[in-house]
Amino acid sequence: MSPDGWLTLLFEPFSYGYMSKAIWVSALVGAVCGFLSCYLILKGWALMGDALAHSVVPGVALAYMMALPYALGAFISAILAALAISLVRRITLLREDVVIGLVFTSMFAAGLLIVSISPTSVNVQSIVLGNVLAISDEDVVQVIIIAAVSLLILGLRWKDLMLTFFDESQARIVGVNPQRLRVLFFVLLSACTVAALQTVGAVLVIAMVVTPGATAYLLTDRFSRMIWLAMLIGAATSAVGAYLSFFVDGATGGLIVTLQTLVFLGAFVFAPKHGRLAARRSSRATSGAPA
Amino acid sequence: MSVPVGGAWFALGRPVSVAHPPAMIDVAGISVTYSNGVTAIKDASFALGSSTICALVGVNGSGKSTLFKTLMGFLTPATGSVTISGLPVPDALKRGIVAYVPQSEDVDWSFPVLVEDVVMMGRYGHMNALRLASAADRRAVDQALERVDMAVFRKRQIGELSGGQKKRVFLARALAQAGSVILLDEPFTGVDVKTEAAIIALLHSLRREGCLIFVSTHNLGSIPDFCDHVVLFNRTVIAAGPTQATFTEANLARAFGGVLRHVRLGGADLHDDADGRSITVLTDDERPLVLYGEQDRKTMVTPGKREQGA
Repeated sequence: MSPDGWLTLLFEPFSYGYMSKAIWVSALVGAVCGFLSCYLILKGWALMGDALAHSVVPGVALAYMMALPYALGAFISAILAALAISLVRRITLLREDVVIGLVFTSMFAAGLLIVSISPTSVNVQSIVLGNVLAISDEDVVQVIIIAAVSLLILGLRWKDLMLTFFDESQARIVGVNPQRLRVLFFVLLSACTVAALQTVGAVLVIAMVVTPGATAYLLTDRFSRMIWLAMLIGAATSAVGAYLSFFVDGATGGLIVTLQTLVFLGAFVFAPKHGRLAARRSSRATSGAPA
Repeated sequence: MSVPVGGAWFALGRPVSVAHPPAMIDVAGISVTYSNGVTAIKDASFALGSSTICALVGVNGSGKSTLFKTLMGFLTPATGSVTISGLPVPDALKRGIVAYVPQSEDVDWSFPVLVEDVVMMGRYGHMNALRLASAADRRAVDQALERVDMAVFRKRQIGELSGGQKKRVFLARALAQAGSVILLDEPFTGVDVKTEAAIIALLHSLRREGCLIFVSTHNLGSIPDFCDHVVLFNRTVIAAGPTQATFTEANLARAFGGVLRHVRLGGADLHDDADGRSITVLTDDERPLVLYGEQDRKTMVTPGKREQGA
């Protein structure tokens, strides 16, 4: 193929409206999820993201059946799931991971049941696996609103959230209400989970809100920098994944998450300070030094 | 004119005594009950004034941390009242009067923050809602770091520090906050003797500046060295007052009720002659408190001082 031919091929996805749309939406979702992932991974709450993602399925199914905006249904059921988890946890002696497991699988099962029984045109696969290439214009608007509002709130409150996650006592002492901020965080997480549903689907949302943060954590010791890195990684992998799915035909979510994993592995090995190679270098430097 | 004056305050590192009403803690008949029905504190009262270093002593589970949480406004007493510098706790917090140095176990040392970021967190109460640091905030951070001798470590991630350095970072945060009432939770655990001396020297200089320092500690042996007041606590106040009068074996026995390791050496065990003195070693498995004296359980005797008198 001539160089010109290659170039045409590489730019071909952009000549389709649905492809550019998918790339931009994915990048936006990737950036917000990356931002949130920085907080999520530092609190041992990764499972919570998974739980919320699976719990939105019945809400989405019901919303489609009743011709309501899917984001509304998803959001309501995510909030219900979060409430159910904290309620069950308070009234039983079961451990948190057990309660999370119970609640989200029950809701996921209910969602699958609703979808399989109802004769509506809801495509279960598009909820579970996502389908950003076929995203409708109304859904794009929803995703953009969710992402923009979330980014705005995070941009204004990230320091207070960091303080709350790092040291609740100090947060209270300087007049921050940790309870309120935790609720805010879970509302944002639910909203962004809903947004990410479109791009990677319920099963893989967890990767979007964990992997970029985990990667960035290996690359820096400073929270502000970690946020930028995670957003960058989230946005870039999502955009590239959506772009590549044009050639691979379809599996956008799988591609995005695979790319994120590759970036993570790269950081895991090559990160300047916390990577395996650096660790080996420094251990050799200490053990190999002449006594 | 006001700007350079404001700057000068910070340059001296002590907006403390000027900006706030005199440091005070007044706990009046408080009872604190958790939502599960457990009463952790019952009818406790004591009062502390400015220029004071007071130790809070008691067994684990005696309600010391509940008391701290109450002073920091996390818990509201069911009865009684707490005022700090004459203000209800929430108002005192709003004015940044209360600073807190947490126990090392309570800190997530793997959190990606640098030393200077942590110290800056002490300034959040002085900033607007966006928490944008002003020149004064940065100056306060610089000075706090200088004061605890941690300026060279400011770009380190907090987990890379030694036990004593970790403590100093959080002390610097309290200094940067410039609160006049400082609560310290177990400041000497995991800290070497040199750092302990440095921390004590710092607390002494804060006392001279008018601060009220309230220290929860198991380190009974160092209390006479640096605390002028003691509160002995076991679900309520067992005894409170100046160290000399309060930190006695009899009171300690009441507060600890047999939990302390208690070794008494005296008379024939120790001497061949008829010397009536004895040595008592009290320890909560940290630095022990050693009492030299006759059977006088009413006086506190600091190591070294009584020997000369005998």
